[in-house]
Amino acid sequence: MSTELNLTLQVWRQPGPDAPGSFVTYEAKGIPDDSSFLEMLDIVNENLIERDVEPIEFPHDCREGICGTCGVMINGRAHGQEKATATCQLHMRKFNDGDTIVIEPWRAAAFPVIKDLIVDRSPMDKIIASGGYIYAPTGTAGEANETLVPKEAAESAMDAAACIGCGACIAACPNSAGQLFTSAKLWHLNSLPQGQPERFQRVESMVHTMEQFFGACTNHGECAEACPKEISLDFIAYMNADYMKSKIKNRAKSAQI
Amino acid sequence: MILDSKVPSGPIQDAWDNHRFNIQLVNPSNKRRFKIIVVGTGLAGASASATLAELGYEVHAFTYHDSPRRAHSIAAQGGINAAKNSRNDGDSVFRLFYDTVKGGDYRSREANVYRLAQVSNNIIDQMTAQGVPFAREYGGLMANRSFGGAQVSRTFYARGQTGQQLLLGAYQQMMAQVNLGKVKLHTDQEMLEVVLKDGEAAGIVTRDLTNGQVRSHSAHAVVLATGGYGNVFYLSTNAMACNTTAIWRAHRKGALFANPCYTQIHPTCIPQADEFQSKLTLMSESLRNDGRIWVPRSTTETRRARDIPEAERYYYLEEKYPAFGNLVPRDVASRNAKTVVDAGQGVGPLKNGVYLDFATAIGRDGRDAIEERYGNLFEMYERITGEDPYTTPMRIYPASHYTMGGLWVDYNLQTTIPSLYAAGEANFSDHGANRLGASALMQGLADGYFVLPYTIGDSLSAKLGTEPLATDDPVFKEAEKDVNDRTQRFLNIGGTKSPDYYHRELGKIVWEHIGMGRNEAGLTQAISEIKAIREAFWKDVKVLGNGDSLNSSLEKVGRVADFMELGELMARDALDRSESCGGHFREESQTDEGEALRNDDDFKHVSAWEWQGDADTPQIKHKEELEFEYVKLSQRSYK
Repeated sequence: MSTELNLTLQVWRQPGPDAPGSFVTYEAKGIPDDSSFLEMLDIVNENLIERDVEPIEFPHDCREGICGTCGVMINGRAHGQEKATATCQLHMRKFNDGDTIVIEPWRAAAFPVIKDLIVDRSPMDKIIASGGYIYAPTGTAGEANETLVPKEAAESAMDAAACIGCGACIAACPNSAGQLFTSAKLWHLNSLPQGQPERFQRVESMVHTMEQFFGACTNHGECAEACPKEISLDFIAYMNADYMKSKIKNRAKSAQI
Repeated sequence: MILDSKVPSGPIQDAWDNHRFNIQLVNPSNKRRFKIIVVGTGLAGASASATLAELGYEVHAFTYHDSPRRAHSIAAQGGINAAKNSRNDGDSVFRLFYDTVKGGDYRSREANVYRLAQVSNNIIDQMTAQGVPFAREYGGLMANRSFGGAQVSRTFYARGQTGQQLLLGAYQQMMAQVNLGKVKLHTDQEMLEVVLKDGEAAGIVTRDLTNGQVRSHSAHAVVLATGGYGNVFYLSTNAMACNTTAIWRAHRKGALFANPCYTQIHPTCIPQADEFQSKLTLMSESLRNDGRIWVPRSTTETRRARDIPEAERYYYLEEKYPAFGNLVPRDVASRNAKTVVDAGQGVGPLKNGVYLDFATAIGRDGRDAIEERYGNLFEMYERITGEDPYTTPMRIYPASHYTMGGLWVDYNLQTTIPSLYAAGEANFSDHGANRLGASALMQGLADGYFVLPYTIGDSLSAKLGTEPLATDDPVFKEAEKDVNDRTQRFLNIGGTKSPDYYHRELGKIVWEHIGMGRNEAGLTQAISEIKAIREAFWKDVKVLGNGDSLNSSLEKVGRVADFMELGELMARDALDRSESCGGHFREESQTDEGEALRNDDDFKHVSAWEWQGDADTPQIKHKEELEFEYVKLSQRSYK
């Protein structure tokens, strides 16, 4: 049976990208413990609207942990305290009656606030655009089974491809580094036979784009700790190894030309 | 109005090839002189944008998300069908075609479905080449599994995240074109009007969701790949932002809306826990392979599930359908769950679910085997409900999941407005009255990769040498004014209830009367109730804030307004179609066994509805008669 929680929220409110923001305290009363964290915010917002206060803007969409839209800092931790859990999958039964919860937007210089808890994450798409694909124009593909993919390779690629692009890794990192996100995409493609022809061009290009926006990695591991899909730190090592090789291979290639 | 489906004549096996030969081509060097707008970046939209750009067209892709990778195609779990016959189990293009037409209860267009089956194999090849990590056998060949409504194993998958992996594939292919400058990507942009010039689509008007800027965009052709309208039920498995606005705006401009009453209710979702619940989460249909569905026989049962003796349990699917048991098709499973819950036998705190019990399977195969098969799903269930499904049966209930209806399109995927196309779930074309599992991904990608890029050339070729209409043309200015006026109107109402309140109230009516069971009295009542709530909405809704910054209440209120009008049309369509077929179950039309009873003499047609200028004048129905030359119409039975 559902019980109800009474909570105190300290929420970052910021009217626009250039406006100053501040923490505002709200009482969240009568929150069913079966509700999700985002449903708790829905209830708070309904009450705010009733009192003619503009509702809190927060990022969300699928509410089943796959679209990567949602994500806020909850008591200083990206997606909150539960391991391997996106904000939308965090449920209020994990909190206690009387708790105070601090809610902030993702914190990273490359993710400027648009409003309240919503930030601009477009640099992540720019990293993908710079090489996060296998160039295969429609209609040119041969029969799928012509290229065998060992089961282990497919599984390992899938482990990396499970990334939902939420940005928690970057928000959790003291340096706002984009290594975990970038390396997950690189390993997804670089570990498959189909990804080999562009492998070293891809890694160089994506790493350079990443470095335009995000900080340097100093191996804290906060990213993997915060990741709702448990993307492994190993991928960063694989990326670094490929990047190093790319400096030789890509240079040798240009020398031949 | 005569609805010309433009289905090619001749044998169905050759229709697509002949059609491709006969349609007008655009010379490669001329393609760059054409500008195409694609609204939506899900499977259909992203694949269309990528392919059109590769062909050389200038593509402008629009999404209301902050990134194209967030479209709700991403949430599809199970898989994608293809007729590869890789299990040597007798599959073929013809069998996939046949199963799909039959699964849709004989309410789809044969030629479209045949083409879908034909290109299904190309999709798997294309996605594999792009690096989609499909599941593999140990030897490195592609694995696949079986799915509901088919007797062969033709479903390809990437763990339980097939939709995610396919969407990422299409998104990455599109981003490659963005990098080359061939696709111009517009994120955080919601399309709020389709703009017509002399009856033909000339462009769109969008609102920037981050700062409220309203802009016009013109093109030689406009593609709507904006998904389905399942959120008309308020609670559904759709993402929160999924809406009907893009296709509804097109409908209001003259595009016919086909079969709005064909909606799919998925049988295995986690039931609602309280009034504040915002969405329903799907639990994969595969659970029905090992779970047994039951409710207590008594309506006053209070014991825990495990304390209820066998004799007092009602395994209703196993009793009523001994041949298929717990594996009856989606619509049958859903309706039967409703029957027992309506009879007061429901389980859970709100008595709004049925048990899906794994005790027998765990006893037979061991806990480890069950964990290996469904571990991630059990974990997800526990996360949401706080209950352990290894020891306590899951509680499930049906929820709105997919909509087969949508904009009417011809064989070229063109709507009744020239130069306006609809692809993926936004159109009505391939699933008839019921969609089979693993067919939505197939159709979205078929439309975007292999159909639209060819067929769009047919209307473009006639426009060679013309420029897109200038965006300072009066038709654009007028549309921008309409958008701004509507925004202002919402902000000025100053009522007492939030947009969510009205959406919830609408959802209750739609679920009650236009849900799993429909009848004349209920549908008539729904029409008047929706009208009443629509009137109250326009007087009493409250939207705070302004139109010049990010304002999710403002985004929501426009979508709810369109859902209100759509809900009424759904009721009218359901009332008009006094037969049962697929997901549309009219209680007056059932067999002695309680199965959907079609009326082929009167309803073997597509109902396409034409807007009559305002929301208070009911739409007029046009018919497209369906011909079945290759598939034999029969009554479905799963006893």
